[in-house]
Amino acid sequence: MKAAVISFPGSNRERDIMMALERAGARPALVWHGDAEIADTDLIVVPGGFSYGDYLRCGAMAAHSPVMKAVNEKSARGTPVLGVCNGFQILIEAGLLPGALMRNASLRFVCRQVHLRVEDSQSVFTNAYEKGQVIRVPVAHGEGNYTADPDTLKKLEDRGLVAFRYVSPEGKTDPDANPNGSTDAIAGIFNDSKTVLGLMPHPEDATDPHAGGTDGLGMFKSLVNALH
Amino acid sequence: MIPNSKITDEVVKEHGLTQDEYALLLKIMDREPTLAELGIFSVMWSEHCSYKSSRVWLKTFPVSGPKVLQGPGENAGAVDIGDGLAAVFKIESHNHPSFIEPYQGAATGVGGILRDVFTMGARPIANLNALRFGDPKHPKTKHLVSGVVAGIGGYGNCIGVPTVAGETNFHPSYNGNILVNAMTVGLARADRIFKAAARGPGNRVLYVGAKTGRDGIHGATMASAEFTEESEAKRPTVQVGDPFTEKLLLEACLELMAEDAIVAIQDMGAAGLTSSSVEMAARGGLGIELNLDHVPVRETGMTAYEIMLSESQERMLLVVKPGAEKIAERIFAKWELDCADIGVVTETGHLVVKKNGQTEIDIPVAPLVDQSPLYRRPHVPSPRRPVIKAANTKAAEPIAALKKLMGCPDLASKRWIWDQYDHLVGNDTIQTPGGDAAVVRVRDTRKALAMVVDCTPRYCVADPKTGGAQAVVETWRNLTAVGAEPIAITDNLNFGNPERPEIMGQIVGCIEGMGEACRALDYPVISGNVSLYNETNGQGILPTPVVGGVGLIDEYTKTVGLGLSKPGLTLIVIGETKGWLGASLYLREIAGWEEGAPPPIDLKLERKTGDLVRGLVRSGKAAACHDVSDGGLLVAIAEMALAGGIGAKLDAPPAGIPVHAWWFGEDQARYVVATDDPAGVLEAAKAAKVPTRRLGESASRSLTLEGGGAISLDELRAIHEGWLPKYMS
Repeated sequence: MKAAVISFPGSNRERDIMMALERAGARPALVWHGDAEIADTDLIVVPGGFSYGDYLRCGAMAAHSPVMKAVNEKSARGTPVLGVCNGFQILIEAGLLPGALMRNASLRFVCRQVHLRVEDSQSVFTNAYEKGQVIRVPVAHGEGNYTADPDTLKKLEDRGLVAFRYVSPEGKTDPDANPNGSTDAIAGIFNDSKTVLGLMPHPEDATDPHAGGTDGLGMFKSLVNALH
Repeated sequence: MIPNSKITDEVVKEHGLTQDEYALLLKIMDREPTLAELGIFSVMWSEHCSYKSSRVWLKTFPVSGPKVLQGPGENAGAVDIGDGLAAVFKIESHNHPSFIEPYQGAATGVGGILRDVFTMGARPIANLNALRFGDPKHPKTKHLVSGVVAGIGGYGNCIGVPTVAGETNFHPSYNGNILVNAMTVGLARADRIFKAAARGPGNRVLYVGAKTGRDGIHGATMASAEFTEESEAKRPTVQVGDPFTEKLLLEACLELMAEDAIVAIQDMGAAGLTSSSVEMAARGGLGIELNLDHVPVRETGMTAYEIMLSESQERMLLVVKPGAEKIAERIFAKWELDCADIGVVTETGHLVVKKNGQTEIDIPVAPLVDQSPLYRRPHVPSPRRPVIKAANTKAAEPIAALKKLMGCPDLASKRWIWDQYDHLVGNDTIQTPGGDAAVVRVRDTRKALAMVVDCTPRYCVADPKTGGAQAVVETWRNLTAVGAEPIAITDNLNFGNPERPEIMGQIVGCIEGMGEACRALDYPVISGNVSLYNETNGQGILPTPVVGGVGLIDEYTKTVGLGLSKPGLTLIVIGETKGWLGASLYLREIAGWEEGAPPPIDLKLERKTGDLVRGLVRSGKAAACHDVSDGGLLVAIAEMALAGGIGAKLDAPPAGIPVHAWWFGEDQARYVVATDDPAGVLEAAKAAKVPTRRLGESASRSLTLEGGGAISLDELRAIHEGWLPKYMS
């Protein structure tokens, strides 16, 4: 499986996600934000970081860079797109996913291990997990507080487009287990066709038994399973 | 033509120069200086840049060793870690600016130390910090903690370098002078370490990075004076950081370094364009001529004085090989950064600065640097404190004392702080904050680097020499506890006003103790920083010589943490417990008594004990390991229990030692090891002639003391984790 990892000025987790893709057996390649085209690829990844310093709204500048036109076109033709953390923010700003990510309810950056419940295991991103499975992966962000208008939230729930929720280790939603105040403990969402996934946590930083465990590896294995 | 100016006594004083120093300047210049020239002498001869009070003593540190590739004197030090790689590291203070403007002060402190490391050609892989704040009850403390932590996080998180370890303490002596010491560790190819000596007359001097503004003018001079009530009016001397630009600068510099283009590179830190150009010229024994008309500026009408002294952040000065200007231009254009040809290396030995066709500055570089003032300031030794007998101290019930200690500001969990630092970016953090030392993997190898910062100021004030040695030794123990071979240190000497003999006595004593410990442990000093004048209205801080240590782990899967991860492990204390309570945390927090001589340090014993413990960790005999420091044995065990989520059932203390002294004494050279193989551990210790004693076993979800009560981990955790979030809310 070939994966194109988009690098913006200020991206800083592109190496992390390339390591995770390699561990799952994929072949990742970096694509510079100024490139107007993306070569033949099975997957597009928009990694975490602080694109353009996040000095405007997070992701707002990157969403208008030349490469995002190509991402939009590929996505429209069905190429799966994964956005992690700042990548999630960029996909929302680019209109590929609904809603908004606000400052964490604590008003502080938060980096810690959290537990996620896999809400859907029927996607290219999550097929290696069981529905309802609880996984432990880290978050590291200042603006991950997901919100949307009531109609959008209803649609996400009704159509099963919530991919992950922040839960306790036992799998229950709980305000203490929600690191940023996201509505309905939403940690990640799909687009209508489940070909685009955006999430705040970092499954790529949980792919090594000696550095944070391997609960995140399932996402990359899912992609390799589905797209090899 | 040098424009005329009137340099009055008042102007000289405003520039922080004494009459004697000004007389020396006149001798060097052989004429009255221009204002811009005076400004240059002022910053170059400031304590911050010239180390004029500490230099004679810093020379006594051991700075070489088989692994040292670069000792003090460059932007950062470097050691060989095998596989053709070098670890490059340094610590630096940003104390004064952080007190005046905590967010920007701390943020630019991180930015500055990152630049020092990547200037050497190293990609930063980790940040650490050592913080000291005033009394939690002081009205400013909370605001300062909040701003400093947000600033450190704001910069490190954005640039994408994990902040993996640190320490945070509180004491009233820091009420008017907080300490913010930031350390960066990077990795470079051992054969591609970049230095700052200008070479090759005719080579061009390039300015790259952010534009120059009026921020931070005279920051170095501010950092070399005591604070008074008016200091907060100095906010304009604090710089503003832009981590996004620094990220671009980092990537652009590393990309350029991969080409055969750079002769010398120096970051523009304290004293900006002045110190970078002077130091490059001085190290190369050459001159530099600059044309300020080509310096990218963000404000109009800036004078030569302002441009030369600005401390705008995220800037670098390069000397490039002939014809390499084009390569640099292309790479910096790609990263959307300024790259300007502002001058040339010359044979004159002078720093010549022109603006609008006029020569504004013409200073001979060698005397500016070599004849900078050097003081052997008078010093008196700190008064000896009496040895306090444990039997003469208040005997508190152990569980009650443990609760108080685990929730006191110095020992309470700092999770509220490190939660705000991205400590995982890079995907190589093997051991996260909260342990003895952080461990970060060396990408594409089986190796890892262990790293830590430490200092125990209450020992340093009680006995500077012992305290200085202890700071070095504690980092050595922390690295050892995770199975690392300690390699070298960087140091950040934070003290009060060196013009006071009793403060100078602390400086001299601490340096002596540090040097002695470094020599005994083959643990040289490869870089460092001195921050003096940490005083407000004549009140100095506790002497705080912070030590940053780095060690090497050959096989990253073999490191251990401190957590008790399962029941049934035997807990053994390695090293002898006599119950030393002088200058201990117990004495301060439980008895309210900041007195007594600190625990003595036996360097031979430290080495023998540490070598044993490292062997136990590396051979897999230790399932968990923790050095015994602040708060003594029971605190160490409690920290191990909380880290792993498993409690312990502990044996009664031996006869002949007061119970509170056994549990809370701070005797040095001790570690607690948890093991599946107690016989193997005891045998190895016996062979090494190191005393040991069984403490008990890991068990259940509480700490139970035979004949001394019990406490559940849930209760202990609530106390330990509760203090800081509650204080900050």
